[in-house]
Amino acid sequence: MSAVLQQLVSQPYKHGFVTDIESETAPRGLSEDVIRMISSKKAEPDWLLEFRLEAYRHWLTMTEPTWQNVTHAPIDYQDIIYYSAPKSKKKLASMDEVDPELLRTFEKLGVPMNERAALAGVAVDVIFDSVSVATTYKQKLAEVGIVFCSISEAVREHPDLVKRYMGSVVPPSDNFYAALNSAVFTDGSFVFIPKGVKCPMDLSTYFRINTQDSGQFERTLIIAEDDASVSYLEGCTAPKFDTNQLHAAVVELVALDRADIKYSTVQNWYAGDENGIGGIYNFVTKRGLCQGVDSKISWTQVETGSAITWKYPSCVLLGDGSSGEFYSVALTNHLQQADTGTKMIHIGRDTRSKIVSKGISAGRSNNSYRGLVKVGAKAQGARNYSQCDSLLIGDKCSANTFPYLTVQNAASVVEHEATTSKIGEEQLFYFAQRGIDTEQAVSMIINGFCRDVFIHLPMEFAVEATKLLGLKLEGSVG
Amino acid sequence: MITADAKVILEVRDLTASVNGVPILKGFDLTVRAGEVHAIMGPNGSGKSTFSKVLAGHPAYVVTGGEVSFDGRTLLDLSADARARAGLFLAFQYPVEIPGVTNSAFLRLAYNTKATHEGRDELDPLEFDDLVRERAKLVEMDPSFLDRSVNDGFSGGEKKRNEILQMAILEPRLAILDETDSGLDIDALRIVARGVNTLADAGNAMVMITHYQRLLTYIVPDHVHVMVDGRIVKSGDASLALELERRGYEWVTELPGEGREHHGERAARPAA
Repeated sequence: MSAVLQQLVSQPYKHGFVTDIESETAPRGLSEDVIRMISSKKAEPDWLLEFRLEAYRHWLTMTEPTWQNVTHAPIDYQDIIYYSAPKSKKKLASMDEVDPELLRTFEKLGVPMNERAALAGVAVDVIFDSVSVATTYKQKLAEVGIVFCSISEAVREHPDLVKRYMGSVVPPSDNFYAALNSAVFTDGSFVFIPKGVKCPMDLSTYFRINTQDSGQFERTLIIAEDDASVSYLEGCTAPKFDTNQLHAAVVELVALDRADIKYSTVQNWYAGDENGIGGIYNFVTKRGLCQGVDSKISWTQVETGSAITWKYPSCVLLGDGSSGEFYSVALTNHLQQADTGTKMIHIGRDTRSKIVSKGISAGRSNNSYRGLVKVGAKAQGARNYSQCDSLLIGDKCSANTFPYLTVQNAASVVEHEATTSKIGEEQLFYFAQRGIDTEQAVSMIINGFCRDVFIHLPMEFAVEATKLLGLKLEGSVG
Repeated sequence: MITADAKVILEVRDLTASVNGVPILKGFDLTVRAGEVHAIMGPNGSGKSTFSKVLAGHPAYVVTGGEVSFDGRTLLDLSADARARAGLFLAFQYPVEIPGVTNSAFLRLAYNTKATHEGRDELDPLEFDDLVRERAKLVEMDPSFLDRSVNDGFSGGEKKRNEILQMAILEPRLAILDETDSGLDIDALRIVARGVNTLADAGNAMVMITHYQRLLTYIVPDHVHVMVDGRIVKSGDASLALELERRGYEWVTELPGEGREHHGERAARPAA
């Protein structure tokens, strides 16, 4: 790889700063006492404490998965802080009451809030170190019956909905990290779109990991009732730290008859330095259940950060005629490792799924697509189309594709296509010979490569994603 | 008609260059003036394509000696993209494919980069579309090619026509056509040649690199140079190409002394 290209992909992380806000933290380690502390801090009902304890007891019997194509030093789960909250105790009625230091942090990150949020038509449910600080536009959304709040608030205000749906898509025993999350999750977002309501704006949450060494266990639950639709955006950045941070979120989506949920993520967590020091471990369980007939769930993700990504946003296509989509761009650089993909489980008749995965590897990174398409015996007429493309920048990185196809009936069609290409010196020279410098050339190639995914992002997110990839690949050149 | 005192666009003196440590250019000299069409011919492996890559600034080619001035500037100090913006254009022998980047977006970026460099206004997508559609006619290229990825899935002939289209849009001061005739059928050859002839004017210059005489019946050069083992060994007018066609390259490879004669002639020429 040319020196220019090396520099170009070695862009330092721009959001590396620590906000100086006092935190109230739990002692390191995990035990039933810590879980009881979390639950009592959050004044939770007994059933939720039981949910947590059951998950914890199950977790104790489980072992970390080892099948993924990533390597890391063993994680000491007793050396993690499982709870950390900003000290401000009183309920905030408006943005004016939010800690100015916190607001400056969001300013640095370019989070659209206050009037900017209004102009952008985006309601922001801000997650800061696990506890929701402020929710905007709740009032406006409430007028049409939409609930958009933190999980903690939902537990208080809408306990029946939470109790009914939480764990219904991702059971606490689902996998090691989901069990851990179920035991210790601190906060997250809750969205409920009632029957027949089309959410009038994109709902957006910005996550940010702040306290050093605090594990982050977000829990998101989105429910769209019959004929409802919603587009949800999740965007993330994290400050620069020298020790690895574990992040194990659980996201559950439930789509009832003819409901439509679109979930978009732009993820830019600290990935560690060029020697692989520091960075976030992102072990996430995201799953959507197309429970109703003709329902639809669409995942779009742009993954550019984290030291290790382990993430398979999936769709369970239970309702007849339901459809699932997965559009993904995963960029890895330096020593980043990503093992990401999706699972499409066809259960109902005439269910459809589409997978478009674009992996970009640079530096010495390792980028794997792992996808499962499972068509059950009763899923007559099911269709799947998968396209997995890999783009290599330089010759020290690697890309892998692991498609798993299980088809249990003859009346379904499953297609898989995969390509691997490389940004080589000859391509860059071709651009240069037309007067286009390396930075612009790489940006153009990458955006071209990702186009099939970016067109599925909401407009403002697509702009952000394009900028983000440019940022990640912008160097000291020019 | 071309006059000897037309402005010198390219002046190459005693250029030496190597690839992976192997010397390929061994004292290459060439002077190109505005309004001229040159042809560089020679057997395989004589260094013709290397010359074009070195001139354009390909990173794999290392210049080990000599000087190149382009419009009075020291060319070798410029990066490859700066050379292109200064008006040096290379029509590639093997144009690379760039999946995912549309031809129109690529061309527009190239055009606007050059326009900005020259202090002109950029064209918006609609304005650029008008320009590119008009120029595409020159090489009889269907506008649908503009929406396809750059060279992706193009036939050999389509790629070459796309190179000429880019040249028509960028309007270079000096165009080097590297084996543009290779892999073209006679119709494509005629289309490409007509495009090149239309673009050639008194303010620019062309250097065609070719193995065969065939292209030169359509684009008649003012000067023909024969390259052997990394240097020009014989220069003449268009009739030299015909003589080469008749007598074969063995004829010049057996006459190494001819090259020195050319050197002397150039050295005696008054500075422009």
